[in-house]
Amino acid sequence: MVQLTLPKNSKIRVGKTWPKPDAKNVRKFQIYRWDPETGENPRVDTYFIDMDKCGPMVLDALIKIKNEIDPTLTFRRSCREGICGSCAMNIDGINTLACIYGLDEIKGDVKIYPLPHMPVVKDLIPDLTHFYAQHASIMPWLETKTNRPAKEWRQSIEDRRKLDGLYECVMCASCSTSCPSYWWNGDKYLGPAALLHAYRWIIDSRDEATGERLDALEDPFKLYRCHTIMNCTKTCPKGLNPAKAIAHIKKMMVERVV
Amino acid sequence: MRYLTDRKRAEGKGASGTGTEHHWFMTVTAVALAFLVPVFLIIFGRALGQGQEQVVATFARPFPAIVTALTLFVAMRHFAKGAQIMIEDYARGTARKIGIIAVTSLSYAVIATGLFALAKIAL
Repeated sequence: MVQLTLPKNSKIRVGKTWPKPDAKNVRKFQIYRWDPETGENPRVDTYFIDMDKCGPMVLDALIKIKNEIDPTLTFRRSCREGICGSCAMNIDGINTLACIYGLDEIKGDVKIYPLPHMPVVKDLIPDLTHFYAQHASIMPWLETKTNRPAKEWRQSIEDRRKLDGLYECVMCASCSTSCPSYWWNGDKYLGPAALLHAYRWIIDSRDEATGERLDALEDPFKLYRCHTIMNCTKTCPKGLNPAKAIAHIKKMMVERVV
Repeated sequence: MRYLTDRKRAEGKGASGTGTEHHWFMTVTAVALAFLVPVFLIIFGRALGQGQEQVVATFARPFPAIVTALTLFVAMRHFAKGAQIMIEDYARGTARKIGIIAVTSLSYAVIATGLFALAKIAL
């Protein structure tokens, strides 16, 4: 059966409370911490930040904590402008990118956890190995059978437009890790991110493997575990609509048989 | 512990080649039920509270009998296929298989019982 409670060694306990700075505009941050090397259960540490000396985004606060309070705090980050997808985490109950999520959007204390229902490597870093392997399994590249043209593979402006709202996905995993179907059956269900990418290549006018791509998705789990819950679309920090892409794939599947 | 590559884990046993039929069945039966259920409720509602003779007379007529039979069959098959999805979502291994067998059997048992009762009334 689906596991609805955390295993004993994953139960979260109250962690360390760091000193409060002597300032007027102080904000409380509660951050999930887990270090596999200690063998201890995860904990939630409490930090206080002087907001007058902090940038506007959640990532600014995390970097400030790491630089000035607790250098052991571990998280991924790179571009700090919503392009690389590295800093995806659960902030205030929402899966999003820390670099483009404003602290002013959060009321009260700031609660930060790793992306839900994924194995944790350390602190706010989830293990995305399976997620990336699922992405690779949908063959995210142009498949052609026709001999390569002398110049480029041509595409009309209209056909190119069909890729808008799909190619922008940065594979941050916010959508897949917000999907209950992916939580329960992530081993077999490809999840919204991989399926959005699958549709991106299915709909590409230059790709000649449409049938093979649809064949690879013809499965009760790989594709049809999507129950149109729409968490993926609601949470996507890039404003994309994976649920719509999945609905389009289902529509194409039906068109093949009816 | 097994030393499998990440790609092998992600691919699993590959695509089963089924799924669309189930999806299309649920769509078709949902549309059918959108028409059948209101008509059945009107028929059933009118018969409700009347004497046995009048109820028997209502379901002895072809249209109410056919609508009732169709509603029973389509609703139970829709239920079974829908419940199968839920069981697949939350149960694993043997529990999953037993669950699917149970709801499928239940749906056919209800269909058979209902049709038998209807035939006894209508014929």
